[in-house]
Amino acid sequence: MNIKISVVNLTATYQRHPAVHHVSAEFAPGSLTAIVGPNGAGKTTLLRCLAGLHQPESGAVLRGDLTRQQIALLPQAGTLDPSFPIDCRDVVMLGLIGEAGAFRAMGASDRARAEAALAQVGLHDFARRPVGSLSAGQMQRVLFARLIVQEAPVLLLDEPFNAVDTRTEADLLALIDQWHHQGRTVIAVLHDLDLVRAHFPQCLLLARQLVAFGPTEAVLSQENRQRARMVAEAWVGDAPVCEAESDLHSHEHHEHGAHS
Amino acid sequence: MLHFLFDPFAFAFMRRALVGCVALSLAGPPLGVILVLRRMSLMSDVLQHGILPGLALGAMFGGLSFWAMGLGGLIAGLCVALLAGLAARATSGREDSQLAGAYLIALALGVALVSHQQGIDLAELLFGSVLGVTNVALQLIAGVASLSLLGLAVIWRPLVLDSFDPVFLRSIGGHGGLWHMAFLGLVVLCVVAGYSALGTLMSVGLMMLPAIAARHFAVSLSGQVRAAMAIALLASLLGLLVSYYADMASGPAIILTAGGVWLLGVLAGPQQSVRARLVRKSHLTG
Repeated sequence: MNIKISVVNLTATYQRHPAVHHVSAEFAPGSLTAIVGPNGAGKTTLLRCLAGLHQPESGAVLRGDLTRQQIALLPQAGTLDPSFPIDCRDVVMLGLIGEAGAFRAMGASDRARAEAALAQVGLHDFARRPVGSLSAGQMQRVLFARLIVQEAPVLLLDEPFNAVDTRTEADLLALIDQWHHQGRTVIAVLHDLDLVRAHFPQCLLLARQLVAFGPTEAVLSQENRQRARMVAEAWVGDAPVCEAESDLHSHEHHEHGAHS
Repeated sequence: MLHFLFDPFAFAFMRRALVGCVALSLAGPPLGVILVLRRMSLMSDVLQHGILPGLALGAMFGGLSFWAMGLGGLIAGLCVALLAGLAARATSGREDSQLAGAYLIALALGVALVSHQQGIDLAELLFGSVLGVTNVALQLIAGVASLSLLGLAVIWRPLVLDSFDPVFLRSIGGHGGLWHMAFLGLVVLCVVAGYSALGTLMSVGLMMLPAIAARHFAVSLSGQVRAAMAIALLASLLGLLVSYYADMASGPAIILTAGGVWLLGVLAGPQQSVRARLVRKSHLTG
């Protein structure tokens, strides 16, 4: 089965303004990649394109034989309503819907799988706890448990360590390492370059356009990072759309900063 | 004491009213709980006004029959739900303001059409007459209630997922919009079914008030659904008794009872109530 994901000359826009500009990259099966770049560089948009949530303007995302359910996505934290009356085990069991479908009854074995996944992320006795009572770090652990039961060969993580403490970060990193050793493809949007250097063998530096892609040490060189900053600033100052729309463009850029 | 409870139901119209309200109490509140969770409480307002032009048009073309008006209301309600849903999803405007706009138009259109039509009492359409529920209306209410409960059971899982984490549903290839529209269809069915008993304004009351109140009595989603049903049943029974003994219009009596339970929940319910907050505060400050 072909489970390679590749991006071919991908351009994705928000209201006609490019957020990702002519990016090509290949993610080999079993690779562990960090996507880094300045704010508003299109990292989240690229990830959403990979997950099939955002329709590219031009170019394509090639997913080989992968189905939608075989690409698991961890969205940015803080998008879920903490007052929703649902407990941790049910959140994890939502991850089983991909295989159970909308209607098949879920039984004791499904509950056991969800509880085992919760135990794996260090939340042994949390099955019946409502999500409203969780800290940000615990919530992130629950969402990782949901990724575990999805058993997807490809995992896309959008800023998985935002707002979590160092211990949670270490535990979740260990889980990502484990996925890597199981031969799954993991692609994560990250900010902490030291963390990327320590744990991610491959790195994609993005500033709307591709700045560098390859082994982490080479990609995160002083020169490349400088270039990424300059490209990002050039996108702000020298609008890629015509002068008349420059007002619109700065507005759009502002929005992007907030989104990614 | 028992006489006090049973005497009113010696009358056939009281028994029919009770059966109708029981059916509505089982079907409406679960939908209301989901509406609250999806932050769509306002949608119920839109629908209750939205079916009004349909009722008037139904009467215009089919006469004052229950079925013609019900069908008209159903079609109008579905159109309003579809338009409001599309407007909210297709444009980036604020959903609540669009819903408010939609229901004002629907109400004005409905009143204009009703006033044009001879023989329809606007007050009766808006507020209904629980005690005048006919056997035909009762069959419709019971049928719709059963259908609605079954339908909700079928779409429950994807609907809850779409309410909690729509991005995740899309990421596994689900279509949130599909479940959303199926759900709105059930809401429309229930509002239309309730109009003959409670009127368009009040039928939404028996759907929403118990659902809003349930948040103060239960933590889990299934617990809230059960609590909302129980509150609606209690409000129906108590409301009918109040209307019988206090000689009050029965629809408003039922809704006021449900409103009373809600206020009780806000003040002294076990969850998220004023009392719970005050008690916790005094513990923290020691």
